[in-house]
Amino acid sequence: MLNYKNRNMSYEDIHFSKEELSRYDRHIIIPDFGFEAQKKLKASKVLVIGSGGLGSPALLYLAAAGVGTIGIVDFDVVDDSNLQRQVLFGVDEIGKPKVEAAKKRLESLNPYIDIKIYNQQLTSQNALEIIREYDVVADGTDNFPTRYLVNDACVLLGKPNVYASIFQFEGQVSVFNYINREGELGPNYRDLYPTPPPPGLVPSCAEGGVLGVLPGIIGSLQALEVIKVITGVGETLSGRFFIFDALNFEPRTFKIKRNPANPVNGENPTIKQLIDYELFCGVKAVEKPIKEITAKELYDLQVRGEDIQVIDVREPHEYEIANIGGELIPLATVSANADKIDRSKKVIVHCKMGGRSAKAVRELEEKFGFTNLYNLKGGILGWIDEVQPELTKY
Amino acid sequence: MATIIIPTPLRKFTNNTARLNIQAGNVKGVVEELTLNFPDLKKHLLDDQGNIRSFVNVFVGDEDIRNLQQENTPIKEETVISIVPAIAGGLA
Repeated sequence: MLNYKNRNMSYEDIHFSKEELSRYDRHIIIPDFGFEAQKKLKASKVLVIGSGGLGSPALLYLAAAGVGTIGIVDFDVVDDSNLQRQVLFGVDEIGKPKVEAAKKRLESLNPYIDIKIYNQQLTSQNALEIIREYDVVADGTDNFPTRYLVNDACVLLGKPNVYASIFQFEGQVSVFNYINREGELGPNYRDLYPTPPPPGLVPSCAEGGVLGVLPGIIGSLQALEVIKVITGVGETLSGRFFIFDALNFEPRTFKIKRNPANPVNGENPTIKQLIDYELFCGVKAVEKPIKEITAKELYDLQVRGEDIQVIDVREPHEYEIANIGGELIPLATVSANADKIDRSKKVIVHCKMGGRSAKAVRELEEKFGFTNLYNLKGGILGWIDEVQPELTKY
Repeated sequence: MATIIIPTPLRKFTNNTARLNIQAGNVKGVVEELTLNFPDLKKHLLDDQGNIRSFVNVFVGDEDIRNLQQENTPIKEETVISIVPAIAGGLA
C-alpha cells in the first residue's frame, strides 16, 4: 500500500465532478474497491517507462481507470512496424514522438487526468529526478541496461516497481520493492536476476519477434498490479513471479525472496548511487572495432563497378521481404559457410540493422582470420533510407 | 520421471520441445542430462565453471532453487522443474 501521509495532498481530500463520478461508476460500485480506491487512484502518480508494446495497454487502462497523474518516458518515434502490437498509436502518428501521440490519445480517452511526458531516454543522469516525482513505476522497457537502471533507481528512492517483460510467446510480471501491510519490503529485480545475460546471448524483440497480442495481455496485467499497489486492494505479485506461456496457455507463479547478497539493498550494499548500466550489462564491453561501410559508400562501390561480394546474414523470410542481391548466409550458419566468403576482395556483410552482421564479422575474423570484411552500417534499413527507398521496409 | 519445462527462448535448442521428462536425482543431474542431450543448451544454462548462470532461474515446483539446496535440490518423480531466463522485451 502506498503511504499517503507524506504527500502534499491526502487522498481523503480528493473530490470528483459529476462527470467523473459517472465515468468511474463501475469501479465505485464494486464493494471491495469503491469510492476509497477511486480516490486513491486519482491522488496517485504513476510513471510508465516505455510506451511501446507493454506501455500501450498499460497506459490505456491506467488512464481509463482514473490514475490522476501519469508520466510517460520514451524517446522513440512511432514506426509502422509498431502498429502490430502498440495499440496506442495509429497510422496518422507514424513518425511522431511516441510520448506526444500517447498523450493525445490518453487525453481523448480521459480528460480528467494529467499526462506528463518525457521525450528522452531514461539515463543514470535523469532517472532519479524523474522517478522521484512519482508514487509507482511501471517498467515496460526493452533492454537490460534500462531494466537494471529502473530497478536500482526505484530501490534507491523507495518506489514500488511493477515489472513486466515479454519475448516471443512468453511474458513475465512481478511487483518489486514493495512494502506490504506488515511493513515488509519485498524482493527486487536484482534478487531475481543478479546479473544480466551477456549481450547477444538473449535476442531482443526487435530480433526475436513477439506475438502482438502478448504485450496486450501482459501490459494489462501490469496495469492491474499498478492499480492494486495504489489502492491496496487484493494481494499484489510482490514476492511472487508470474510467467505466462501463450503457446500452451500455461501460467505459473513462483515464489521469490530477497537475496542478502543484493548489491543495492542486501546486507552489505555496494551500489549507493546509479552506475553505468551499459557497462554493467556489457553493452559497452571493449570489443575490437570492425570495419564499417555506409549504404552510400556501398552504392558508390557498385556504381564504380568494383568487384565486391555482398553477404546477407538475415533469415530467408526476411530476404524474401527485401534484399539487395547479397548471398544469403544466415548468422547461425556463417562459420559453416566460411569457405563461401571471398578473401581476395572487399566483402560487405549486412543484416536488418547492423547488429547481427557485426556479430558475423567478428565471428569470421576471430575464427578464420578474415581481414576484408565490412559491416554495412544501419543494415538493409539504412540502405533503403539512403539508396533504394522503393524496397519494402519491415 | 521429473518434468522439465523449457522456456520459449531456449526451445530452439531442444528441437522446439517445451516439456521434457528426465530421470535424475537432483537439479544438477537434470541439467547434466539436459545438456548431454541438447549440447547447444549448455552455454545458455551454464557458465565456464559449470554453474547455472545467474540470469537463468531454476524453480522446483514454485520454489527458487536458490532458496532450496541450489543444484543439490532433490527431484522426485512428480517434480516439475521450470527454467526461466531473464527476458527484457517490452517496448520495441
